[in-house]
Formats: sequence, structure tokens, C-alpha cells
Amino acid sequence: MDEPETGPGGGGAGPEPIDELGKRTGMWFFLFTELLFFGGMFLLYSIYRYKFAADFHRAAADESLALGSINTGILLTSSLAMALAIAAVRRGEIRRSIRWQRTTIWLGVVFLVIKGLEWGGKIARGIYPNGPTLLTLKNGEIIFFGLYFTMTGLHALHVLIGIAVIAFMVRFTKRGVVGPGRYARLENTGLYWHFVDIVWIYLFPLFYLIT
Amino acid sequence: MAGPEPERRPDETALSPARTYVAAWAALLFFLGLTILVAKVRVAPLGAAANLLIATVKAGLVLTFFMHLGSEGKFLKIMLSVAVGALTLLIMLTFSDVLFRR
Repeated sequence: MDEPETGPGGGGAGPEPIDELGKRTGMWFFLFTELLFFGGMFLLYSIYRYKFAADFHRAAADESLALGSINTGILLTSSLAMALAIAAVRRGEIRRSIRWQRTTIWLGVVFLVIKGLEWGGKIARGIYPNGPTLLTLKNGEIIFFGLYFTMTGLHALHVLIGIAVIAFMVRFTKRGVVGPGRYARLENTGLYWHFVDIVWIYLFPLFYLIT
Repeated sequence: MAGPEPERRPDETALSPARTYVAAWAALLFFLGLTILVAKVRVAPLGAAANLLIATVKAGLVLTFFMHLGSEGKFLKIMLSVAVGALTLLIMLTFSDVLFRR
């Protein structure tokens, strides 16, 4: 992600040739491609919801508002933990930063467990691609669940990747590779995590709040 | 919370105090509650639009406070609006077709 930097880990007072903006710009450009990646699926969703409005409303009744709301709260809180982890490392509070990074990881894990329970419940009732119950439903409902599994599945994959990357950041922070004057990796990880949070902020009303 | 605030280089993002992040998080939870309330009250057909609007406010809060977009330069902001604009255009052009099919 970035070339090795010279200079001491702390302070940042010396004339070090560090370009934090350049490093962030690379991450933002990646996020733009992610935006269009998810955007294509949001476009599909909106067209099919327009075409099969009644079916979408009926199918969405299957979603658990409670679990969806709890998961939204968990992901928003994990974003707070991530932001606090970055702020802590910049102030030189390494142990505090590691604690917040671990909190972010665990909140992400809880999110995935709840998501897994939701998926498990659906699969047990025969609602999965080509599942016996799913095939008895109307076309629009089948499309709703297809989009549900695709979009929440790809989102969950992003959460999983985020968790893995943050686990590496914990190691980097412990070793001093990430520190007060050199935190670009952690900050870019944060940008990614917050972006995944924003995707969920839009997924939540589209799948859980349309009954 | 000990120690002086580190000096901010021009290429760095803003470093907010912890209470700013916590306030942004509290606002996000408030809007989460509001969006659930809007869905429960069923002011359809305005409900869907209201919930997308609330989602956009929440995304704005995350962008501004957690992703520090406010302290970024013009370049990144313009690039972000190009990306969002491209997606908006894509959606509008598609709907200009889908809505008027016979």
C-alpha cells in the first residue's frame, strides 16, 4: 500500500517526505470503484422494485426488522470504534487504539453472526436460490430474495475482508509499523470500513423498511 | 486523553476530539430510530423517499465526521462528486427508459 518511510515513528516534526494525501487518494479511488460496483446492484433493485412493487412489499415482510435494526446499530457503533482507534493512534495512545481496533473487529463478528442467523432462518424455511419454498413464490418475490442474498452476501463479504484487514492492523500497531506519525494504513482501513458501513445504511431501508 | 495535541501537517486529515466522534455516532443512532419510526408509521408513499433521504443524511454524517471529508481538499471532493454523479446519471438514464416503456 505504501513504501517504507524514513524517520522516527513519533513526533512527525522532521522534514519527512511523507504524502498522506497521496495514500488516501489511492484508497478513495478504490472506494469509487466499489461505489459503482454496489451501485449497479442498487440500480437493479430499484428497477425490479418499480416493476414488482407489490411482490417486493410482500416478500420484505419476511425480513426481521428487529435483527436488521440491531445490526445497523452494531455497524454504526463499529464505525465509531474505528474512528476512535485512528484518533488514538495519532495521539500516541497505542494501547487504547489497539483496544478500539479489537472492539471494531468484535462488533464486525457480531454483525456477521446475526446476518448468519437471518440467512440460516431463511434457508431452514426453504428460502434460498432454487430452494423449495422460494420456487413456489411469485416472480417478483423470487427476485427480491435473489437481490437480498446477493447484496447482503457481498456486503457481508466486505465486512469479513474488513475484519481480516483490521486484524493485520492490530499486528502492525503492536509492532510499531503503524504509529503516531505513520498511520496511513490504519486510516485507509478506516475509510474502507466506513464505506462498508455506508453501503449498509442504504441496504437497511431497502430490505427491512418497505413492508 | 493526556499529552498535547499532535501538530497537523497540511496533508493530514482533521483530528477531532473523541466527543465529536461520539456526538456523530449519537446522531447516527437518532436517525436510525427516526427511520424505523417513519417505516412503522407508514406514511406511504412518502415513507420510502423519506427513508432514502434519512439514509443520505446518515451517509453524510459518516463521510463528514468519520471519513473527515470536510478537511479534505477540493480534488477529492470533486472526484467523489464525479463518482456519485456518474452513478446518479446511470440510474436516471436507465429510469428514463424503464419508466416510459409500453
